[in-house]
Amino acid sequence: MKLSAVQQNCNNRRSNSFRTTGPLDSTVDGTFKSPAALFWLLLHGICCLISLVLGFRFSRIIFFLLFSSTTTTTTNLYTAAPLLKTTADVFETLTFRTPPSSPALSDPDAPSNNTIASSRVVVGRHGILVRPWPHPNATEVMKAHRIIERVQREQQLQYGIKNPRTLIVVTPTYVRTFQTLHLTGLMHSLMLVPYDLIWIVVEAGGTSNETASLLAKTGLRTIHIGFDERVPIAWEDRHQMESRMRIRALRIVREQKLDGIVMFADDSNMHSMELFDEIQSVKWIGAVSVGILVHSGNSDETSALSQKQEDEENLPVPVQGPACNSSGHLIGWHTFNSLPYVEKSATYIGDRLTVLPRKLEWAGFVLNSKLIWKEADDKPEWVKDLDMLAGNGEELESPLSLLKDASFVEPLGSCGRKVMLWWLRVEARADSKFPPGWVIDPPLEITVPAKRTPWPDVPPELPSNEKVDGIQEHREKRAAKTRISRSRNGSRSKRKRESRTVEAQVSGRHAEE
Amino acid sequence: MRSVIVLWGLPNAGSAGDVLEDDPVGRLKVFVYELPSKYNKKILQKDPRCLTHMFAAEIFMHRFLLSSPVRTLNPEEADWFYTPVYTTCDLTPNGLPLPFKSPRMMRSAIQLISSNWPYWNRTEGANHFFVVPHDFGACFHYQEEKAIERGILPLLQRATLVQTFGQRNHVCLNEGSITIPPYAPPQKMQAHLISPDTPRSIFVYFRGLFYDVGNDPEGGYYARGARASVWENFKDNPLFDISTEHPTTYYEDMQRVVFCLCPLGWAPWSPRLVEGVIFGCIPVIIADDIVLPFADAIPWEEIGVFVAEKDVPNLDTILTSIPPEVILRKQRLLANPSMKQAMLFPQPAQPGDAFHQILNGLARKLPHHKSIFLRPGEKFLNWTAGPVGDLKPW
Repeated sequence: MKLSAVQQNCNNRRSNSFRTTGPLDSTVDGTFKSPAALFWLLLHGICCLISLVLGFRFSRIIFFLLFSSTTTTTTNLYTAAPLLKTTADVFETLTFRTPPSSPALSDPDAPSNNTIASSRVVVGRHGILVRPWPHPNATEVMKAHRIIERVQREQQLQYGIKNPRTLIVVTPTYVRTFQTLHLTGLMHSLMLVPYDLIWIVVEAGGTSNETASLLAKTGLRTIHIGFDERVPIAWEDRHQMESRMRIRALRIVREQKLDGIVMFADDSNMHSMELFDEIQSVKWIGAVSVGILVHSGNSDETSALSQKQEDEENLPVPVQGPACNSSGHLIGWHTFNSLPYVEKSATYIGDRLTVLPRKLEWAGFVLNSKLIWKEADDKPEWVKDLDMLAGNGEELESPLSLLKDASFVEPLGSCGRKVMLWWLRVEARADSKFPPGWVIDPPLEITVPAKRTPWPDVPPELPSNEKVDGIQEHREKRAAKTRISRSRNGSRSKRKRESRTVEAQVSGRHAEE
Repeated sequence: MRSVIVLWGLPNAGSAGDVLEDDPVGRLKVFVYELPSKYNKKILQKDPRCLTHMFAAEIFMHRFLLSSPVRTLNPEEADWFYTPVYTTCDLTPNGLPLPFKSPRMMRSAIQLISSNWPYWNRTEGANHFFVVPHDFGACFHYQEEKAIERGILPLLQRATLVQTFGQRNHVCLNEGSITIPPYAPPQKMQAHLISPDTPRSIFVYFRGLFYDVGNDPEGGYYARGARASVWENFKDNPLFDISTEHPTTYYEDMQRVVFCLCPLGWAPWSPRLVEGVIFGCIPVIIADDIVLPFADAIPWEEIGVFVAEKDVPNLDTILTSIPPEVILRKQRLLANPSMKQAMLFPQPAQPGDAFHQILNGLARKLPHHKSIFLRPGEKFLNWTAGPVGDLKPW
C-alpha cells in the first residue's frame, strides 16, 4: 500500500514537474532543452526507485541539499521534531518553499517570474514553519491582557449604562462580633461596583479604629461619622436608632450637596451586582423588592414541630416591595407577614429567636440625592423637607415618610418581580467577646485542647480536669465563629490533641484511683 | 477601484463605505434565462442539502433574481443576462460537491442559451454573468494544482464570474470577477446572538482542522502548512483558544473573542470570515494574495488584520503589537450594521445584503463598452478548447 502510494507520489511529482516546467520553459536559458528535461526525468526516476527501496521520498532531500536557497530566520531545521511520525517525515519537513519544478531555477527565476506576473504563491508542498521556541512569551501575554482590558472597558462604555450617576451608600454600623463578617461582605460588593461610589458609614458609639481600619482597606471614598449613642439591647430600639443614624447620613448628603443616587445598604444585607445597575434608572424615588430571610434560630423540638405546621400552611413569599397592577403601575406594597412569627420573635440582640424586619425596610428604597437637598432646581413638590421631619422627633419608619404622596414611587426591577437584595439579621450575643481587630495579641497563656466533637462535654470528674472544662464551657458560649477558627487549627494536629485528652482523662482516672 | 472611507469622528459611528448602501434598483436590468429544470430544480430536488451548505449562494441568487425589481422580462433592454445552472449541487454522501460533471453541465447550458436566444452570440457572453461558488470558481476542481491546470472554462472567459474564490494573479480569478462571501445561514446565526455587553475575554479563537490527515497524510500541502504552523507554534499558548473540536457554543464563543483566525484551507476562502464579521471579532486573515468579498466596496485592510503565511510563527507578537486604538476602531467598523448585512444572504432579501452588493458590483461595470459586441465574423471563444472529457454532452 505504502509502496504504491510512494509510486503514485513519484508519478505525481513527475507529471507536476512536467506541467509546471511548461510555462517556465520560455524563461529557461536556451541551453536547457529536451536533453535537460530527459536528464531530470531520469534523475527523478532513479530517485523514485531509491525511495521505493528506502521507504521515504529521496528526491526531495537531494534537491534540498543541492539547491537549497538561503534560509530565512524563521525557517530552521527544528521543524522536524514536532511532526515526527516516520524518519521519512524528518526529511520532508526540512523542505521549505521549494517548488515541485526544477529548483535550479530558484534564483534566476525570481526576476523572470515577475515578468510573467504569475502568482507569488506557489502551489505544492510547503514547510511547516515553527519558531525556535514555540512557547508563550510573558511580555506578549501581558500586552494581550491589557488589550483585552481596554476592549472590555470600551464595551462597558458602549453597551452598559450611559452616564452613570454616583452612588451614595448609607450604612449604619457599630462594633460587635459580627461586624467584621457583615462589613467585609458589603465591602466586597461595593468594591465590585463599576460606578463612582461614596460610602457614608455611620457608627454608633462614635468612630472606632476597628471600623476605620476595615474601611481603609476598601480604597473607596468613605465618609465615616460617629453617632453619639450606644446601640440598645432591644431590637425594636435598635431599629429606631438605625433610622436615626440614616437620617444623620442624609444630613451629610444635604450639607455637602452630594449628587447621586442614595441607597441604604445595611451591613448584614446581601446585594447582587444587578441591583446597582438597576437603580441607575431611578428618577426621583424608587423601590425594589427585598427578599426577607428570617431564620429560626433555635433547634429544639418544639420549634421543629411548629416548623412543620408552618410548612403545611402556605407561607407567604417573604418579599417586601412594590406591588404593581398588570399595566406596571404601583398600586400598593408587599410587606412581610410577621404573624406566624409573633410568638417567636427576638426581642433582644443575640437571643436565638427570629429577628423580624419592619414593615418596609429602608434597604428597599433608593432616592435621588436632590430630594434631600434644601434647594434644588427641579425638586418635586411632593417631598417633605428633611429638617421638618427629623426635628419632630417622630420616628421615620421608611423613606415613604419623606413623601407627601407615596404614589410617586417608581417600582424598579421589572416592577418588583426581580429580587436583587436580601435582608438578613444575624448577631451574636451582646456580651460576646472577640479579639479586637481580630488579632490575637498577646498570645494566650493557657492553651486548651480544642473540642473536636459536637456532643456535649462529659462533665469533669477531677479537680484538675474541672478547671480545664470550666474554661471550655465558657468558651462555648462565644459565637460559633471562634469555635470554627479554633477547630481549623485543631484539625491540623488532631491526633496530638486526641492523645492529649485521652491522656488527661486516663491520667485523671489514675489520679482518682 | 477603492471607495473612500468616511469616518465622522463620533465614537459610535464608523462607516465602512457609503458604497455599501447603494441601491441597485433602477441602475441595471437583468434578464433571467428560462432553463429546463434539469439544470436547476431537478438537481435541487435530488439533494436538498444544497440549500444549507456554503455553496448555496447560487441557488439563492436565482431565487432572489426571479422576484427582484431589477429583473426584466424583455431581453432587449437587459444589461446583464443570468443563467441559472446549479453546478455545485452534485454532492458526495458527506456533503462535499463533486466538480467532475460541472464543466459539462455548464457547457451544455451555454450551448442551450446560445442556440435558443441570440444574445449569447452577440457578445459571446460578455454581458452574461454566472454564479460559480465552488472552491476554485470556474476552474471546477477542488485540488488547486488540477484547477490551475484546467484554468477557467474556456467558454466563460468573456463572461463575468460571481465566485467566492479570489486570489491575486491566479488563473482561476478573471479580471472583472466579483468575489462574494460564502453562504452562511442567517437565521441560525441570529438565533445564537448574545448580549453585546458580554465582555470579550478570549484573545484569539479558531476551530477547525490543522492537519488534513485524510487528504494530506504527509503534511505541508493542506493550507500550505500555515494551519499546521499555527498549531505547532501556539498550541500551549493561553491566549490562543484553538482546537479541532466542534463545540455547540461555536457562535456564542465567537462573540466573546477579540481576534478570529481565518487561515486558508484547501482554498483560501472560508465561511469564518462571514461569521467573524457577523459576530464582531476582528478577522485575522492568513492567506497570501487573497481577494476578499466585495473588495471594491469594503475596506478590508481597515477592518481585518492580514498576516503573511511566512509570518505565522510571530502571530502573537504581531497581534499584541497592534495599538489598542486601532483595535477599537476595527471593532467599531465591524459593528456597522451595513457591514454585517453585506455578508449575508437573507431570505427574503433585505436592502444592503449580499444580493444587492452583487447587483451593485454588476451595476458598477456598466455601461458595457461598445467593443464587447462582436462585429460580423469576429470570434473569440473556442468551443472545442479544454480537456476532451468536457466536450461530452451532459
